[in-house]
Amino acid sequence: MNLRHILMTGSFLVAASASTTMAADCAIDSGRLSIVGNEFPAIQTVARNAQACDGLSEAKANLTADHQKINLAGMQGDPAEYTTAIVANSSIVALMNEDVIRPLDDLVAAYGQDIPKNQLITINGQVMAVAFMANAQHLVYRKDILEQIGMEPPKTYEDMLTTAEKIRAEGILEYPLGGAYMAGWNLAQEFVNMYIGHGGDFYEPGTAQVSINNEAGLATLEMLKSLSAYMNPDYLTHDSNATSAEWEAGNVALMNMWGSRTGVLMDAEGSTPEVYENTMVGAPMTVAGGDSPASTLWWDGWTVAKNISDEDAAATFKAMKHGISSAILNNETMGEAVWMIEGYQPAPVNEGVFSAISMQTTPYPMLPHHGLLHTALGDNIADFLQGKESAEQALSDIEAAYMTAAKEKGFVN
Amino acid sequence: MKHSAFFWFVLPSAVAMLLFIFFPIVSVVVQSLHSAHEQVIIEVENCGPFGCTKATAIDQEATAALREDQPLGRFAGLEIYKDRNHLATAQIGPLWEQSTGIGDFIGKLMNLPFYKAMGFTLTFTFVVTPLTIIFGFVIAVAVNSAARAIRGPLIFFSLLPMMVTPLIGSLILFWMVDARGILGTALRWLADDPSLSVKADTGLMWVMLMVYGVWHSAPFAFIVYYAGLQTVNTDTLEAARIDGASRWQQIRHVVIPHLLPLTTFIALMQLMDNFRVFEPIVSFNASAHATSLSWAIYNDLGGETQQLSSAAATSVLTIIGVAILLSPVLIRTYRDYGKAA
Repeated sequence: MNLRHILMTGSFLVAASASTTMAADCAIDSGRLSIVGNEFPAIQTVARNAQACDGLSEAKANLTADHQKINLAGMQGDPAEYTTAIVANSSIVALMNEDVIRPLDDLVAAYGQDIPKNQLITINGQVMAVAFMANAQHLVYRKDILEQIGMEPPKTYEDMLTTAEKIRAEGILEYPLGGAYMAGWNLAQEFVNMYIGHGGDFYEPGTAQVSINNEAGLATLEMLKSLSAYMNPDYLTHDSNATSAEWEAGNVALMNMWGSRTGVLMDAEGSTPEVYENTMVGAPMTVAGGDSPASTLWWDGWTVAKNISDEDAAATFKAMKHGISSAILNNETMGEAVWMIEGYQPAPVNEGVFSAISMQTTPYPMLPHHGLLHTALGDNIADFLQGKESAEQALSDIEAAYMTAAKEKGFVN
Repeated sequence: MKHSAFFWFVLPSAVAMLLFIFFPIVSVVVQSLHSAHEQVIIEVENCGPFGCTKATAIDQEATAALREDQPLGRFAGLEIYKDRNHLATAQIGPLWEQSTGIGDFIGKLMNLPFYKAMGFTLTFTFVVTPLTIIFGFVIAVAVNSAARAIRGPLIFFSLLPMMVTPLIGSLILFWMVDARGILGTALRWLADDPSLSVKADTGLMWVMLMVYGVWHSAPFAFIVYYAGLQTVNTDTLEAARIDGASRWQQIRHVVIPHLLPLTTFIALMQLMDNFRVFEPIVSFNASAHATSLSWAIYNDLGGETQQLSSAAATSVLTIIGVAILLSPVLIRTYRDYGKAA
């Protein structure tokens, strides 16, 4: 009988957790909803609310950090497994390149007249996605430590180095800086930020010919290396999750971190009051006297798959629209992101992203071939940071690796 | 056996092999000989929450027409195999001329992605395979001579590393050797070097990956040897003992010759497995220090823009690599047993 008892408790728990989101009337009669997307609190909220719509013949979500590895394959079939993919301005490009998402103009006209214009992502005049939140990397700092050494939060990366040196010199922390510098996507992202901060252009104007082996590229690599000297020696293996863990353990005083991840750092879970009460966010930093921050602006939004029936497309559109409506905002979800939803009230945790927007930070490039450069960057910067090769060699390796890949994919001849 | 009986007997497995092994390999080979269509790029204006920007996009209508025309893409022949991200045939010559010596040349060669991956893959294979066999054998002999009562639990614990999912096993080690982990701190204390970090040093990272490799696959060798030990002829052993053979002599002259065919089997399996080393690199986040052929395939497919042809070419090169590695063992086995059959 005990077993039955345990099973009963288990099913009650499942029922209880499922019922926290009330079923909603989204004017759907039938149709399928199947979501694929990244996994962080804001996206979980959107997916949960979209799934709560009444009338869907099927409602499921597959949220994972590896969403980019599966969304394309899951939308190429006919009918597509996923009826919607939650993407960002970099990952929508991969779906556009393979032509697996449909223009939304007709659906917006029929069911989405009330979606504010600035949430519609239009490419070549066609609405391809609906954005619901903004994101950017910006400064996160420990107020108590900066007060202890009597310094202001840094506004530039040069200030950050001086501050880090002072913290180390006073013996407070041996490795005061943090950063998602894991070789691969994360490290490449830091290069993209810093290179934009130096005012560099990634390509020769109007072409897919890469051109980063220049003054800005060299200065970018040197700055990344100077910063890494103040990081935990294992920095090349630390992604955003590991860096956040380091922060919560109280091992880091300053870092450049995603706005969507700062809420976790400031809540009472997983850390001590000394750390979370003193965690503050600041504006993204500039570098080398530039005006534009060394960071990139991001939106997260949803798309609708091309290879699905009109009925499924309409149902998915209505459900996702409900998933990003003001009905989803409450005390718990309000601070999860910088929502683009009506009724959203900014919390202190979101100030970093707002500063990034008001400082006119450059959006991450939406170019069909930029993903290849991002991969080439991720594979070739670590050798330089470890002192195995010169900055010039690293930059020429990146260019060669990119050009080979771009040739194979037909972007250059 | 009658021919028709034999035919019906092997048909299911032959069909399965054709479907699930042969055809996929053919498709990979075909893919590796083709590259994507020339992209038709149009200039577009992208608008969103942060304003409008001029950018480029792929003209889908024109691309659809191209795809209709040549569904496989452009025929590239061996171009992809020869490019810089694979065999780099055009790059090796100049590197050789610029190099001051063999050491310098190898150093420069290791800067090319394929050779870098090959360097680690081969080192891993040739260090881990013999160590796995030795450790597996030693554990099997030790367990076999333990008292019967504790053999069951001993076998269970010896098999644990193989039961743990590779990703989880390496994640556990990953956090233990972290600069602030229990093993990482212990190593610092032992070496009396506060800046020592396993994950920051390429050499130590290689050692750790290989230690993990041996830890994970030694139980496989152990269980095979342990099964083999149960079939050692006790009469022969007894005769050896009566003749005054020491324990070492019994092992050297009776047990090892008896287990030799098993060693060939384990070596074959391990060479194949280790040549495809992959999970530890991913879960140790070790790609800054060590890459392998399988990791290169994963990296090509995991980027925002998938490089299918590049991944296919690396896959074919991996198959060729495995064939070359196994050929000495296979030829020997064929000579030993082929004639008898």
